[in-house]
Amino acid sequence: MSTRAVGVVIACLAALPSVATAGTGEPDPARRQALLHLLRQDCGSCHGMTLKGGLGLPLLPDTLAGKDEAALADVIRNGVPGTPMPPWAFSISPDEALWLARILKEGLHAD
Amino acid sequence: MPIERLLGAMMLVLVATGCVPVLRGTGDLGIVVERATGRVQVVETTGRSVLGTVEGLGDLSHAAAVFSRDGRHAFIFGRDGGLTKVDLLTGTIAARVVQAGNSIGGAISDDGSLVAVSNYEPGGIKVFDTATLRQVADIPAVGADGRPSKVVGLGEASGKTFIFTLYDAGEIWIADLETPDRPHIRKITGIGRLPYDGLVTGDGHFYIAGLFGEDGLALVDLWSPEKTARRILDRYGRGEQKLPVYKMPHLRNLSTAGRLLFLPAVGQHVVLAADTGTWTEAGRVAVLGQPVFAVARPGGRQVWVNFAHPDNDAVQVIDVPTMTVIDTLRPGKAILHMEFTPRGEQVWISARDSDEVVIYDAETRKPVQRLPADKPSGIFMSTRAARMGL
Repeated sequence: MSTRAVGVVIACLAALPSVATAGTGEPDPARRQALLHLLRQDCGSCHGMTLKGGLGLPLLPDTLAGKDEAALADVIRNGVPGTPMPPWAFSISPDEALWLARILKEGLHAD
Repeated sequence: MPIERLLGAMMLVLVATGCVPVLRGTGDLGIVVERATGRVQVVETTGRSVLGTVEGLGDLSHAAAVFSRDGRHAFIFGRDGGLTKVDLLTGTIAARVVQAGNSIGGAISDDGSLVAVSNYEPGGIKVFDTATLRQVADIPAVGADGRPSKVVGLGEASGKTFIFTLYDAGEIWIADLETPDRPHIRKITGIGRLPYDGLVTGDGHFYIAGLFGEDGLALVDLWSPEKTARRILDRYGRGEQKLPVYKMPHLRNLSTAGRLLFLPAVGQHVVLAADTGTWTEAGRVAVLGQPVFAVARPGGRQVWVNFAHPDNDAVQVIDVPTMTVIDTLRPGKAILHMEFTPRGEQVWISARDSDEVVIYDAETRKPVQRLPADKPSGIFMSTRAARMGL
């Protein structure tokens, strides 16, 4: 179910590169695949593989509604001190973090 | 797909003999969770093969299992709140309930009559009759601050007693379910910040909660009448800045090696050895990343350790007599879990991103077999049925 949903997301994004990504330095398709894998499997170890939450908060569109993409990207890159959320800056660039923030707000899953 | 091979063999024998079914024990059986497909494999460790698969278990992205005391049934706790009772001999689902929205693990009572599930959402535990999966108790976890809390580290104490930890509230609760409709609950508050997991030691004597927000762990002596928590291995990080943790360590499935209990440190690339007589630090072993599981080989001669991202393709083996790392193995991509056979001659290792279970000879530390599996995660041997704390 979810793999297909991701495939659709990727296909849609790939089909609209210049509209969706103008000037943002968006990751290339292979890197997006790697980031989505990281999101599900590694972010997923706290936030749940389907991102509906675990020890960490849910990362679903309704829980992220109203949150600024740049602020979310900052959390991804720099973590939240005093909580288990670690900084990912060592493997995720600023543009990649913004792309992930946008993907999360749009919703990764059909469900 | 049902257990076709097993059933096929049974049918052949039935046909050949007219009536006698194939009989087998369950002592060499286990399950491998295929996390992305809601499926478990039923495996046997004598011939090292997959007997079949059981489907329809829901979201198994963080799944755990306990076993009935006869070793025939596995109770599998899925992430989506599903509790499924799987019959290892027939390869079928004997019963299933979806009991919460988001759950994390469970435990079974000594007498095998009650199975308890710990939940994140709504936070608390629910308890079921193991025969029918009928719910017999619902204990919401509301901390002393009046707020609901996620529950982690559920284990069983002697009698029909379950012990668990409130992540948000920083409390340990001990629930006696001798009369399930009127559970007696003892609450231990103020154990420390952000307890992330807990375990009952293999002798049933102690409960330990790991603390993400502290430089130490909380210990409860389950034999003492007052049952208070005290801090152990205090300041094991020696005040150093914690390293980021890309996956929380797991405490369950630790086992002692002689007097020593090996524990993953949090935010340190170290495995700690606690003396279980004094609960002081007896040693520490530097390892290559944030340890997730530190599993003692039955007998306690070695401890096998896996790691959080980005070191999750490695397994290190600690030699207990010398307290040194004697091997660094690369079994595959994204190593999630390790499970020894009951006497410890083999260790089964799940390599999620290699889609394989890799079986090592524990003595030579060489792989002896690779079994295909779809995104394997937890591996659980049926002999857990006979072990306290599992």
